[in-house]
Amino acid sequence: MVLAHFLGGTVCFGRKMQAGFHNCSPAPSTLSPAGGYRAATARQRPGSSRESMGTARTAGSSRAPPQGAPEDGGGGDSPPWAGARRPRSAGSPGRALSDPPNLSNLEEFPPVGSVPPGPAGTKPSRRINPTPVSEERSLSKPKTCFTSPPISCVPSSQPSALDTSPWGLGLPPGCRSLQEERAMLRKERSKQLQQSPTPTCPTPESGLLLPSRTGSLTVEPADPARVSSRQRLEVVALVYSSCIAENLVPNLFLELFFVLQLLTARRMVAAKDNDLEPSQGTLDSLESPLFQSIHDCVFFAVQVLEHQFQILSYLDKGTLKLLAENERLLCFSPALQGRLRAAYEGSIAKVSLTMPPSAQAVSFQPETDNRANFSSDRAFHTFKKQRDVFYEVLREWEDHHEEPGWDFEKGLGSRIRAMMSQLSAACSHSHFVRLFQKQLLQMYQSPGGAGGPVLGEASDVLNMLGADKLGRLRRLQERLAAPPSSGGPCPPPTFPGYQGFFKDFILSASSFQFNQHLMDSLSLKIQELNGLPLPQHEPADEDGESDVDWQGERRQFAMVLLSLRLLAKFLGFVAFLPYRGPEPPQSRELQDSIVALRSQVPPVLDVRTLLQRGLQAQRAVLTVPWLVEFLSFADYIVPLLDYYRSIFTLLLHLYRSLVLSREGEGEMCFLNKLLLLAVLGWLFQIPTVPEDFFFLEECQVDALEVDTATSERGLDSVPVVDQQLLYTCCPYIGELRKLLASWVSGSSGRSGGFVRKITPTTTTSLGAQLPPSGHGLQAQLAQAFFHNQPPSLRRTVEFVAERIGSNCVKHIKATLVADLVHQAESLIQEQRMTQSQEVGDPAQLLEILCSQLCPHGAQALTQGREFCQRKSPGAVRALLPEETPAAVLSSAENIAVGLATEKACAWLSANITALIRREVKAAVSRILRGQGPEPAARGERRGCSRACEHHAPLPSHLISEIKDVLSLAVGPRDPDEGVSPEHLEQLLGQLHQMLQCRQFLCPPAEQYLAKCSVELASLLVADQIPILGPCASHRLERGEARRLLLMLLSLWKDDFQGPVPLQLLLSPRNVGLLADTRPREWDLLLFLLRELVEKGLMDRMEIETCLGSLHEALWPEDFSEELETLTRLFLAELHLPEPQQRACELVQPSRGTVLAQS
Amino acid sequence: MLLQVRGTPSLHQSQATLLSIFSQEYQKHIKRTHSKHHTSEAIESYYQRYLNGVVKNGAAPVLLELANEVEYAPSLMARIILERFLQEHDETPPSKSVINSMLRDPSQIPDGVLANQVYQCIVNDCCYGPLVDCIKHAIGHEHEVLLRDLLLEKNLSFLDEDQLRAKGYDKTPDFILQVPVVMLCLLAVEGHIIHWIESKASFGDECSHHAYLHDQFWSYWNRFGPGLVIYWYGFIQELDCNRERGILLAACFPTDIITLCHSTA
Repeated sequence: MVLAHFLGGTVCFGRKMQAGFHNCSPAPSTLSPAGGYRAATARQRPGSSRESMGTARTAGSSRAPPQGAPEDGGGGDSPPWAGARRPRSAGSPGRALSDPPNLSNLEEFPPVGSVPPGPAGTKPSRRINPTPVSEERSLSKPKTCFTSPPISCVPSSQPSALDTSPWGLGLPPGCRSLQEERAMLRKERSKQLQQSPTPTCPTPESGLLLPSRTGSLTVEPADPARVSSRQRLEVVALVYSSCIAENLVPNLFLELFFVLQLLTARRMVAAKDNDLEPSQGTLDSLESPLFQSIHDCVFFAVQVLEHQFQILSYLDKGTLKLLAENERLLCFSPALQGRLRAAYEGSIAKVSLTMPPSAQAVSFQPETDNRANFSSDRAFHTFKKQRDVFYEVLREWEDHHEEPGWDFEKGLGSRIRAMMSQLSAACSHSHFVRLFQKQLLQMYQSPGGAGGPVLGEASDVLNMLGADKLGRLRRLQERLAAPPSSGGPCPPPTFPGYQGFFKDFILSASSFQFNQHLMDSLSLKIQELNGLPLPQHEPADEDGESDVDWQGERRQFAMVLLSLRLLAKFLGFVAFLPYRGPEPPQSRELQDSIVALRSQVPPVLDVRTLLQRGLQAQRAVLTVPWLVEFLSFADYIVPLLDYYRSIFTLLLHLYRSLVLSREGEGEMCFLNKLLLLAVLGWLFQIPTVPEDFFFLEECQVDALEVDTATSERGLDSVPVVDQQLLYTCCPYIGELRKLLASWVSGSSGRSGGFVRKITPTTTTSLGAQLPPSGHGLQAQLAQAFFHNQPPSLRRTVEFVAERIGSNCVKHIKATLVADLVHQAESLIQEQRMTQSQEVGDPAQLLEILCSQLCPHGAQALTQGREFCQRKSPGAVRALLPEETPAAVLSSAENIAVGLATEKACAWLSANITALIRREVKAAVSRILRGQGPEPAARGERRGCSRACEHHAPLPSHLISEIKDVLSLAVGPRDPDEGVSPEHLEQLLGQLHQMLQCRQFLCPPAEQYLAKCSVELASLLVADQIPILGPCASHRLERGEARRLLLMLLSLWKDDFQGPVPLQLLLSPRNVGLLADTRPREWDLLLFLLRELVEKGLMDRMEIETCLGSLHEALWPEDFSEELETLTRLFLAELHLPEPQQRACELVQPSRGTVLAQS
Repeated sequence: MLLQVRGTPSLHQSQATLLSIFSQEYQKHIKRTHSKHHTSEAIESYYQRYLNGVVKNGAAPVLLELANEVEYAPSLMARIILERFLQEHDETPPSKSVINSMLRDPSQIPDGVLANQVYQCIVNDCCYGPLVDCIKHAIGHEHEVLLRDLLLEKNLSFLDEDQLRAKGYDKTPDFILQVPVVMLCLLAVEGHIIHWIESKASFGDECSHHAYLHDQFWSYWNRFGPGLVIYWYGFIQELDCNRERGILLAACFPTDIITLCHSTA
């Protein structure tokens, strides 16, 4: 209720104006769309019905004194709504011209944000069906948001309910606005009655002429010459504009919206049953309605617009164009049109959309995500799984959330809760919350769109397509993908797009632990971003160079601001979630007890201090917008708590102080102010904020001014806000443009669909700034050094120091620590050699190794210092302007070196020992698990000569081939199956080639090949391989067998790099193969054993032990004896000077007889 | 195959593809019937048949024939009998690692006859058992090496699985490209960003692909963004449906790759 509230407001803060207004304004109430909506709709309930409306509206005003009570405050002025007092008789439409328009008629003059019927539809269904309010706030009462049409649906049976509401109390009785409101309601009801067949109320009134915005009506031309009371309108417009200019209205843009509605009204329509008697001849008197014709409406609107030109000139280019092209405006004020046209032509504020954000996963960062960051293996693996579940759920949401009938809770709820219980069990909530929060931010920072993943990412592809076509494509995509409306000039807080996923996720998870961690994390991030030392604009830099910086700074500011708003929105959502209720407490006692209870709960984040600091440091432009997002989720009790009440008061003072026309040194920039006015105005319309708050709060402006006067030039006076950011933060401002567009398109209301939501375009990452580190004189000097240098110098130095310091740590890890790990590995290998494979207790081993190696960690500091010294100056030099004075440059270099060294050494001295320990421990367990040394170390052994073309057969192929031979040998097989000796020879040859090349060989394959080769040898020795060929016996010829064994021996000795399990040759199973052959042939075994010793593959003792243990097995009698003989023979031979000769002589003569001879 | 199969139509390849498909189908069969062979009644009856068989003739392929008769993988049958045998001879049930170790090296099995029977099963099994596992592993590794060489040849720098593991990554594709590339697709104007490449030395059928998606590919996407899977033995074309989402399939190393150009300004 614009003017009505204005009148109410003057009671508190503008007495002078009040008098003036009353003297000249007879019919303000009929003008009120905004405040009035709120008054009525805030009490609206879901499930409204047509019948209830009339009474409901009365109920909405039931706070006001009973009908007929004398009015106060106006000094006995006539009631502001002209029609109410007039005697009326049925139908006198002929008098229409002199009747005041009923601007509160909803049908003809639809409320802000309501949907008018199409040209064909005349049924005013919108009055019953409020604008669908987003279901986002289903938990909180404000189903009935201020965006809905001004229809209250409180059932008539409970009219008293509102009397007891906390918001109703304390309102001065007889407040004009309420009187007017009531009058409006009465008119409203009468209209209802005319349409409704149930004549419940016999008080038809007002046959006023109403400006109509219904699209079906032909536009009535407005003529400046036919304005009825020009002077009076001029005065009212002046007063009204002054109120707007002095921020005496709760929401600046609502007023502008209203004025544009007046401008674009199609024609005046007479209300039915018009019995109004205009006071003829006294048209200019206070008694007559303000707007008597469409000419009056347009005239008034244009008058106000002329006064508000400054604001208009800051709107986006599209709005300016529509305004400048408005024929009524041209007709009534060519001068204003000229100025608007000039403003349009000079404007560069083209607000454009970016692509809708696409889902891009948060990348895995070893520094924060690897095992070392978790308390246990279990926590690590649980989190690993939950990360995947999270994205699975997100993908499913992407696929289905737009399908009708799909329900988040039904579809995903149980999975999310299962995930929560897993996380709780593993205490990994903090990790998950970090992922959750990062993903949330990333969704709104990442470029690229769902339509084409390549766009925005691969510049090469873009270039191939051509920038021009691509730009067009992008605009088309914008048009197609843009949300049709932002939901009226005062939409409720919503969670558009992906935000909906995160909101529903929180609701479905319903996990206390998760919410707590989330709040912790959000609070921390908000504080971090809010405290970010955003660079201040350097005023009028020497050259144009600062322009680039300046763009970057703006971008960075926008990025930070939008991130903060997103985080604060979720913080508010989660923090006030437990307290959200459908409506305010019903009784005073209940309310008091709740307030008492809540007063002792500390705020989730000390936003008051942050706000105070923000105001002091002149950073309101950063702090207030996110604070508003946070507070927009407050429940009904919050504004009653002392803590929050003081915040609201502070915000109100700020709002009042942001007078747009005030310009000068130290003042906030215009667009910065406009942003704050827009977001604060929006906040003041939130139903949970007491509606009378704006008018009742005592104003103590001085408190604010004292604080700000002390600090130096802050962010507020830097032009960080541009139209793009303004419209991104406050998409509802775009409703102005939509309204104008609908006038052009000939259909009013929403169907125009020109207004689109604006999403951020900036993509810069938020580089965390290095907090000033270091104390003492040097640090002070360094600070002083930066003081008079351009901020970019400081940023550069801090950046270099931060990076070099971090790189230094990485370098030490890769060099010094890696060397120590190698030493540890070789120490373990040595120990393995000396202690026959047995390494001992790993923990003990680790201790020994660490005690030897950790002292070397001390070198890290010297090496680190050296690294920073070497690397930093070059980086600083490369990044600073070439013309930087030598002294400045060298100082900057030195500071960078110092800071980098400080950072690196602080980390190293605290962590180097732990780091070495950890790496050595990993190496030990790797070796003990038999994985072998680090891949790097393995690489040295791997690989063949450069000339090799890797034509050797593949290891898998060879294992497969050998497996075939083995399976043939062990059977079952057909009698005619077998292998040729040539094939065997070829196979071993290929094995040799492959082991030489090693290109495709992996350790497990080598191990298996070694094992299979030993088995092959055993089968050869036992003569078990079926042979194809001329030899009828299917047995391998003796010489052939030896040749193959020699090939194997050479493979074992020269080609295999891993251990070969030669002891298997003497395992009971393999030796037992001999037991089955008749006659038994021991000569090949003896030959093999001799060769093993000869080639140094096994030593005598080893064989002796193996042979010894063979005796323990159960053998047939004769076999045991032969085995015994073999052992003796083997041992005896070794003591002779020429063992192999003797042995050969012994075994050669004839097979089967060897043992008998000995 | 009714579905369109994408792969290189060389003779060798198609044979390998068929083998891979056979192996997958056989594994599906085994998975379906697995539980049937693991009821206590079934185990008991197999064990009795084994004992009766070896008493008659210890050298006959008792276990292998039993496995073939009941259409179960010989290696897995060997495992069942070995487990049952050890249960009978030791008080405590044998641990999994002991069983695995005995299957890898049957000479550790205390009973010589059983050791021979088990060994026979393992060398005669074409789809299961430690030997086959090793061959599969080797094939996988060989294709990774192949891929590595192709990456080196194209001058694309990457981090391999071992390096990633050393850095503590929780999920590790075969290769992460240090600088992403765009892969252009045949008959398509648009390209696709690739951050990682996974080599799969098998045929990409529906079943295995879905398992891989769930266990590996989406996990990679969740951490590293879009990437490429190479099914060296081909795949069912219809499975390549997540391109827009960031999982690309190919049957060989892509030929059309666009790399990030460094401007010379």
